[in-house]
Amino acid sequence: MLLQINTPIPKDIPLELPLPEWLLVTLLVVSFLLHIIFINLMLGGSIITLWAQIKGLKNKEYDIFAHEISKTITVNKSMAVVLGVAPLLSINTLYTIYFYSANALTGFAWIMIIPLVTIAFLLTYLHKYTWEKLEQSKKVHIAIMGLAVVIFLFIPLIFLTNVNLMMFPEKWGTIKGFMSALVLPNVFPRYFEFLGACLAVTGIFIVWYNNRKNYPFEETYKTFTRYDVKKIGYSIAIIGLGLQILFGIIVLFTLPAKGIGYDVIAVMTAAGSLLVIVLWWAYKAITNEQQHIDQHFKKIVFTMLAFMVLYGGSRQMYRHNALHKHQDLVAANTAEFQRLSKEARENPVEVKEELELDASLGELATGGAIFKQKCGACHKKDEKLVGPPMLEMVSIYKGKVDDLKNWIKAPGKKRPDFPQMPGFKDQLSDEELSELTKYILSIK
Amino acid sequence: MFHLDWLNDRFLIAMIAILHVIINHGLAVGFIPFVTWLEQKGVRNSSPNEITNPEWDKMAYKLMWTAFIITTTIGAMTGVGIWFSASLVSPASIGSLIRVFYWAWFTEWIVFVTEVVLILIYFLTWKNSNKSLDAKLRHIKFGWFLAIFSWITMALIVAILGFMMDPGNWKTDHSLLTGVFNPIYLPQLLFRTPTAMVVGGTYGLLMIFLFTKKDTEIRTKAVKLAGKWILAWTPLALIAAIIYYNVMPNAMKANLSTAVGTMDFAQYYDLLKYIIIGAISIVFIVASIAVFKPKLLKTYMVITSVVAIMSFLAIFERVREFIRKPYVIGNYMYSNLLREEDYPLYKKDGILKHATYASVTEITNENKIQAGKDVFMYTCSRCHTTNGVNAITYVFERMYGFGKPLNEDDMASYIPNMHEGRTYMPPFAGNKKELKALVAYIKHLQQTGETLEGAQTEGIVVNQKNNSDAVSKMVERLKEEQNKKLVTK
Ligand code: HEC
Ligand code: HEC
Repeated sequence: MLLQINTPIPKDIPLELPLPEWLLVTLLVVSFLLHIIFINLMLGGSIITLWAQIKGLKNKEYDIFAHEISKTITVNKSMAVVLGVAPLLSINTLYTIYFYSANALTGFAWIMIIPLVTIAFLLTYLHKYTWEKLEQSKKVHIAIMGLAVVIFLFIPLIFLTNVNLMMFPEKWGTIKGFMSALVLPNVFPRYFEFLGACLAVTGIFIVWYNNRKNYPFEETYKTFTRYDVKKIGYSIAIIGLGLQILFGIIVLFTLPAKGIGYDVIAVMTAAGSLLVIVLWWAYKAITNEQQHIDQHFKKIVFTMLAFMVLYGGSRQMYRHNALHKHQDLVAANTAEFQRLSKEARENPVEVKEELELDASLGELATGGAIFKQKCGACHKKDEKLVGPPMLEMVSIYKGKVDDLKNWIKAPGKKRPDFPQMPGFKDQLSDEELSELTKYILSIK
Repeated sequence: MFHLDWLNDRFLIAMIAILHVIINHGLAVGFIPFVTWLEQKGVRNSSPNEITNPEWDKMAYKLMWTAFIITTTIGAMTGVGIWFSASLVSPASIGSLIRVFYWAWFTEWIVFVTEVVLILIYFLTWKNSNKSLDAKLRHIKFGWFLAIFSWITMALIVAILGFMMDPGNWKTDHSLLTGVFNPIYLPQLLFRTPTAMVVGGTYGLLMIFLFTKKDTEIRTKAVKLAGKWILAWTPLALIAAIIYYNVMPNAMKANLSTAVGTMDFAQYYDLLKYIIIGAISIVFIVASIAVFKPKLLKTYMVITSVVAIMSFLAIFERVREFIRKPYVIGNYMYSNLLREEDYPLYKKDGILKHATYASVTEITNENKIQAGKDVFMYTCSRCHTTNGVNAITYVFERMYGFGKPLNEDDMASYIPNMHEGRTYMPPFAGNKKELKALVAYIKHLQQTGETLEGAQTEGIVVNQKNNSDAVSKMVERLKEEQNKKLVTK
């Protein structure tokens, strides 16, 4: 119960959104879609390369297949990275405080993405450019890819944890580091659903890749035919689609209730049915006669795209439902804060505090008080603190008030083992300066 | 708040950013035109019956290969890394910048995507293009395209960076164009362009050394060309540096409020001068040797030149970073992520009352240390740690004597004035009580050697005044007040 009450209401950045919200949302969903397709291809490609290469230890044709797929990974990964910038930009703008709060709470894992991905990328290049050199030590070569795949598999988990955590401000108070955010319900089901999508998309990609007219298939493979490889593609897609549907259902049931509405369920169900249809077509493709394998290809591609749009849209709807109440409170809190801030700005509390006058100093009291306030942190009467003792000042400047004033306004650098003294040109009026110097020079 | 208690939060961003600049200026903006130029030379100097000189072309390809691998891995990821680290360390500032510069960044992104597509095409079609002269010439044209796009990417980024240094009129009219056309934009761009070319040529020289054998004709030729490239750009870089050097302080003076600020700045500034002169002369000498006595050039000379130019870039970025303090966004937001305009409120109510996460809102003697910790987190932790780099106890001990117990009163009279003496620090935000709590906490740190963990391990404590309950009540209260007003009318 206590946790329920303790939902933080941060304040938003008091600057307007750069463009209408609907447009930002559209940009977010569309650019994310592009990004995720390449991520799917990168991750799916790596997993399949690894699998095929291991299989290739026995059957050389699979090794060739692995080599061909591996060439696409490094291209897709570059595209995935640049295309990721736009959704990042949009989510930063649209869900500023939610996203940043989630980032901060999982800080180490979040920043580890950078070195981890860099390493994984370097490994994929290493893998690609040592294919011939490591022909004799295949195991080492496979291990390189294995390591890259392990890293690649971990990264999406960090992202998913973040975008999931972002939707539940009521949980923020209970999170202690990445691990505790990872185990929030819904992270793992979504993760496996995502892995399914990677396989499905890459499977279809393999079909397309090997169907291209200008692809020198016959020069590349010895015994595999185009049909064989396309069949592998479809089979992979079927496995992926199966995973997606299965975990999609689990996602739907484990989704925390707060963002669910009939609209979300309707869209998600529609999206899911599209996947079932794709699955059916893919199944048809490999069970039909050889010459009909491409029969449903275009339909499959379009339906999958439609699925992605619907699914992305439903996630956005869920996010909206889950957060809009909280967003209203944030807006109210921000407005109130701005009002208070404005009020305080217009009626500033007297910043220049009353000088603490020491009556016993008589006419030197003002100077004494200024000294205590501005200089006391660094100068004492007869002891070195940060700067030299006052007695030393007196011995230098006795009878040279103007020099003293100049020093205070713009101090030089004199003593090599002392730090630089700050200047007070803008902070002391001429009058105050006179009072101050009068006081200093009176010290005995 | 995210906080790295040992490494120092700023350091994290700085490290990633500097690495990015070293790679991107050198291997993209300045390097691509150099490689394309080499590729072109290969075609021009080939015998009539071949498309290009194969050995030469292979060398150019190897150069490009290296640049490709590095820019598409470390280069790209450090670019993203700047975002990631900024979103952790300085969320409010990056968030504000993105809102204002959304379109600039969006355009930047489109240019950037184009650049990546071009670099993929340029690199991946290299070998295939060697099959016919037409294809080769097209390929070279592509290289020039790519070079232009790399340059545009940089030009846009410089605009955004320039804005952060000098907000121009942005503060009053918050628009994109005034941000982009700020007074130091052109000088900065003018400076970065030839500098990037020099850096690119220098890296190229090193790679030529790595990829060719000693005392071969091809090395001599290539080294000579690289030397010429560097020599051609160096004077331009120098002139641009002088121009930039002269406009920088004028632009910065607006930001620096007192004389000392300028003096601290002057120290760095002097350093910059020597480093610029030093680095440029080293590069110049090495390049001259390469042109006139290519046989005399040794690997260590080339490496010295690369190191010189790298440290030059690093220092340059460091100074740029330094003169931005105490603001992250000039005159708008301080480096502690508090907006200047909110200071009066913080002075009045204290900062903890308005903080989203704070364990204490009413400071008492018992919870003073705990409160001080929160105050430290909000006002000092972006730049100071408790025990690591630029530790708060260290900077105070350096002032008041190492090993001596710190005096709370001394510190309390220093902190409210610290921004006047040390203009790189923002003024202390918070009220009297919070100041007391802060110094008590610092003293406690000195006594116990405690460390401060950020939200990424410790989690957060929600401020009872800023949770959903409190805010809902506030909303209700405001509504009631409004209704009352309507009724009385
Ligand atoms: C941040 C600490 C600090 C503060 C605050 C400070 N000083 Fe200093 N002061 C120093 C240091 C350090 C030196 C020694 C500088 C040197 O020799 O280079 C110094 C030196 C001096 C000297 C000796 C100059 C000389 O010619 O040797 C005078 C006089 C002086 N301070 C006056 C003042 C006055 C008046 C104030 C208040 C308005 C003040 N200081 C505030 C640190 C401080
Ligand atoms: C914008 C970043 C920034 C913020 C925020 C900041 N500081 Fe500093 N501070 C610095 C830098 C940079 C130095 C200089 C370190 C050096 O010289 O090695 C410094 C130095 C100091 C010094 C030593 C000054 C001297 O004269 O040697 C003290 C004391 C200090 N800070 C206290 C604080 C306190 C207390 C806070 C919080 C209320 C704070 N700082 C907030 C950046 C910052």
